[in-house]
Amino acid sequence: MNTWKAIVHNGVWKQNTLLAQLLGLCPLLAVSTTLVNAVSLGLATILVMMLANLAISALRSLIPYEIRIPVFVLVIAALVTVVDLAFNAFLHDLYLVLGIFIPLIVTNCIVLARVEAFAAKNSLAASTLDGLAMGVGFLWVIGLIGGIREIIGQGTLFSGIEMIFPGLSGLQILPADYPGFLIMVLPPGAFFTLGLLIAGRNWLEARAAARARRQAGGATTVTVAT
Amino acid sequence: MSEPLDIPPNAEAGALRIALRTAVILLAFTLAFTAFMSAAWQLTAKRIAISAEAEKLGLIGAVLAPSFYGNALLDDAIVLPPQAALGLDEEARLFRARKHGKPVALVFEAVARDGYAGPIRLLLAVSNDGRLLAVRVTRHKETPGLGDYIDPKKDRNKARPWITQFADLDFDRLPAERWRVKKDGGQFDQRAGATISARAVTNATRQALLWVLPRRDKLFALPSGTRFTDQGSPP
Repeated sequence: MNTWKAIVHNGVWKQNTLLAQLLGLCPLLAVSTTLVNAVSLGLATILVMMLANLAISALRSLIPYEIRIPVFVLVIAALVTVVDLAFNAFLHDLYLVLGIFIPLIVTNCIVLARVEAFAAKNSLAASTLDGLAMGVGFLWVIGLIGGIREIIGQGTLFSGIEMIFPGLSGLQILPADYPGFLIMVLPPGAFFTLGLLIAGRNWLEARAAARARRQAGGATTVTVAT
Repeated sequence: MSEPLDIPPNAEAGALRIALRTAVILLAFTLAFTAFMSAAWQLTAKRIAISAEAEKLGLIGAVLAPSFYGNALLDDAIVLPPQAALGLDEEARLFRARKHGKPVALVFEAVARDGYAGPIRLLLAVSNDGRLLAVRVTRHKETPGLGDYIDPKKDRNKARPWITQFADLDFDRLPAERWRVKKDGGQFDQRAGATISARAVTNATRQALLWVLPRRDKLFALPSGTRFTDQGSPP
């Protein structure tokens, strides 16, 4: 597998922010109540991660090793502030929807983690791609959790879509007299859903590992999927 | 990445030099990124102010259609000191809508202090003849999917959102003692499992209407930009 493919595979699946690294739980709990909210935050996160990785990769030769963390925090905070201001000024309609989520991105430690683990050591293009891939990995998992919580919690899907595309409206998935399932709407629902998804991922990985062992003809080493 | 940490022979002087050097670099980064943020702020401040004004007018438009008045509503405002009856613990502005110089409606904020998850901010429009034209929730933290139906954007009943029950009501059509949710013996619906949110909004609108009605003439008469004082008004 070449480097580019490996970066994408790492971000989207193998080292997935939420499923493997378990980073970024704070925005996950706060925002994954509906599909539309979750996807909106995911998109904003992709933008910030790409910009942060790009900026740090460009500045990496100027940053002394001993003070890299304060500098990274400074750069990320400045970028999030500027993105927040730019959205407010130039994309105001979108800002009304995403506005409350953009400052939440600084609470997402995956941004700092990728800057430290990847962008500080790699080229501009590879770092930007890593930001994109990690962001996409975050997006699809938080979107899936948002969708599951929305259907079970309030019986709808795409509610709030009219804030982004006026004229469209959310779908009623379960019967209209569905009473709702409060615990899925509240933060514990995010933990339950995430836990089940992690279990599912581990099962898939374990199955793949077992198949690989069989094909290797009963190799003696046993690997444990993490 | 910088060079690996090397410990020079004169370790103490070297450490001091490294500390100074990194401090200067950190300072330089701080200055550079502060300048970056200031520049972004300078470039966007004007457009953000315009957007905020438009948003405020849009919000007011939800309770009072622009065709009802002819004055520059955001300029025709007086300052309300904190009013316990409105649930306000800080200064607020009250806007006066007029058409051809005649008073039409008052637009002001009220806060329901007893929401399920903190205060619920409301924006009300009360016509000069004493009707509550409309009320909207501007900020709240009620449980998503449960108590947030007080906000028509989140209400699943799109045809007739819960909050529209208050439209065009006055105390002649609905006496104040019946201006309560059904659970409290009044006439407003509440949704099962989330009575507290509905009760908070209902009671706050009643309080606001009771407060504003006897003060209407005075609120309209004050020169724009002045501060309202409650002396000489009925309790």
